[in-house]
Amino acid sequence: MSIIVAENLSKSYPVAVKSPGIKGTINHFFRRTYRTIKAVQDVSFEIAPGEVVGFLGPNGAGKTTTLKMLTGLIHPSSGTVKVAGQIPFHRKEAFLQQITLVMGQKQQLLWDLPALDSLKINAAVYDISDKEFQRRVGELTEMLSLEGKLTQAVRKLSLGERMKAELLAALLHRPHVLFLDEPTLGLDINAQVAVRDFLRDYNQRYQATVLLTSHYMADITALCQRVLLIHEGRLMYDGSLDGLLERFAPYREVHIELAQPLPIEKLMTYGDVQHLEGRSVHFMVSREALTRTVSKILTDLEVIDLTVTEPPVEEVIGRVFKAGVV
Amino acid sequence: MKRIIRKALTLLSVYYAYMVEYRAELILWVLAGSLPIILMGIWIQAAQGGQFGLSPVDFARYFITVFVIRQLTVVWVIWDFEREVVEGKLSPKLLQPLDPVWHHVAGHVSERFVRLTFALLLVGLFFILYPQAFWLPSLSRFLLFTLAVVLAFALRFTIQYTFAMFAFWTERASALENFWLLFYLFLSGLIAPLEVFPEPVQKIVMFTPFPYLIDFPASLLVGLPVDIGRGFGSMVGWILVFLGANRFLWRAGLKRYSGMGA
Repeated sequence: MSIIVAENLSKSYPVAVKSPGIKGTINHFFRRTYRTIKAVQDVSFEIAPGEVVGFLGPNGAGKTTTLKMLTGLIHPSSGTVKVAGQIPFHRKEAFLQQITLVMGQKQQLLWDLPALDSLKINAAVYDISDKEFQRRVGELTEMLSLEGKLTQAVRKLSLGERMKAELLAALLHRPHVLFLDEPTLGLDINAQVAVRDFLRDYNQRYQATVLLTSHYMADITALCQRVLLIHEGRLMYDGSLDGLLERFAPYREVHIELAQPLPIEKLMTYGDVQHLEGRSVHFMVSREALTRTVSKILTDLEVIDLTVTEPPVEEVIGRVFKAGVV
Repeated sequence: MKRIIRKALTLLSVYYAYMVEYRAELILWVLAGSLPIILMGIWIQAAQGGQFGLSPVDFARYFITVFVIRQLTVVWVIWDFEREVVEGKLSPKLLQPLDPVWHHVAGHVSERFVRLTFALLLVGLFFILYPQAFWLPSLSRFLLFTLAVVLAFALRFTIQYTFAMFAFWTERASALENFWLLFYLFLSGLIAPLEVFPEPVQKIVMFTPFPYLIDFPASLLVGLPVDIGRGFGSMVGWILVFLGANRFLWRAGLKRYSGMGA
């Protein structure tokens, strides 16, 4: 039984266009022209309870629009969506109690008050009893290592602490479905790791379903068993991260260190030279040709060191988006 | 019911703490509301000529009451709401199982309590400086006045929150409020008691919501002639009218908000 079902989900909306200059401004004032943007087109997928799914795509690909349709903030232009058996756009209490959406670090918490005050509001809004409230705050504070921070004014917290406090506020009602839009944006490495660990922990402890977008590939590789790749509003890939690499990156990087520098013309005969600096050479070699090429290099050339690596995920995905082909 | 009370008390106590954070700013806002005191000076001067039906002391009592009413019915929801819509801050609130309006109501109501202490100090100071204006209204008048002020706040809030809904269609809904303010200034009794307006003007104005926002409660307390039944009836009527318009615009606006990509 899937907890999230999206079928042929599409969203287009009008955007006012204005040409530059005085003339454009005057025209804009009297007669606005609109252009329809197809933000999401025909996207279908299902997510099972407890899954952690990464939502990948360049800026403007339609990730946030999809998240907004899944949380009921916007109504799909066509197609259907069900989350936890409910139609999100109706925003029934039974639905709202089960989900949460985290977008950015300035969201729920009242800026000039300690986070604990904002949390009290959330507890009342979601009908959490005082005893349960104390228990959950204690537990989440520990999981997020926010001890002592909740009694400080939110504006005095660091970016990382604020993000963690926002997460705490968003999870106080213990939602089963988490929609996270860039939960680690702008955080330093330590804070990123802390948020990541927390999300993994939360997912395991409460069997929560998580759908997250991130520009940090590390978030995706650390958390997600499955990724959805969206580009120009269309779903391009749905499957495991390894599968994505198989499909879009059927090559390996071969890095060698030569005893003596060699001219590029000679090296080109072994494979696609990506980078050459003195005695250090980077090749891109297709997977089928890998063993053959490596043994050839080792027999022909005087090699001091050799490593074979998978290309970084960022690079693979970047290449997919640039090419725009599946 | 218990759940509702708990929600209300929590919202009020947290927003009270929030408003106390801004106490210095709040004192400035209280002082900024002293237009009635200035007008009082002008009218007391004018009344000494004696061509109005009211004496200088009547004017003094009227305007000090107006000052208190203004303090208790200040509303700024349109600016807050407009910002929430334009900056997209409405979205997270829409995902909570509580209508976002209650956050604004709690903010406004709790602010009253912070402001009231300071406003009453000013009123005390006024009577020390101008003791001949001091009077004690009867308990029944005072209770009616209190009810009228609560309704005046509810009406003013409902009207402004209804205008605020236009933020879904235009980025500057507050322009509407600025336009409305012009009528409010002249027709509510803020600048002059309706009592001094010509008869026919008074008659027409009584069909608008304006006089019930200030003149009606003030006249009740000071003891100027008022039609109590019609006053309260009109207030409730206008609140219902704007409430209906508000809910209609809210639903239409949300559809639009979502259409534009939220």
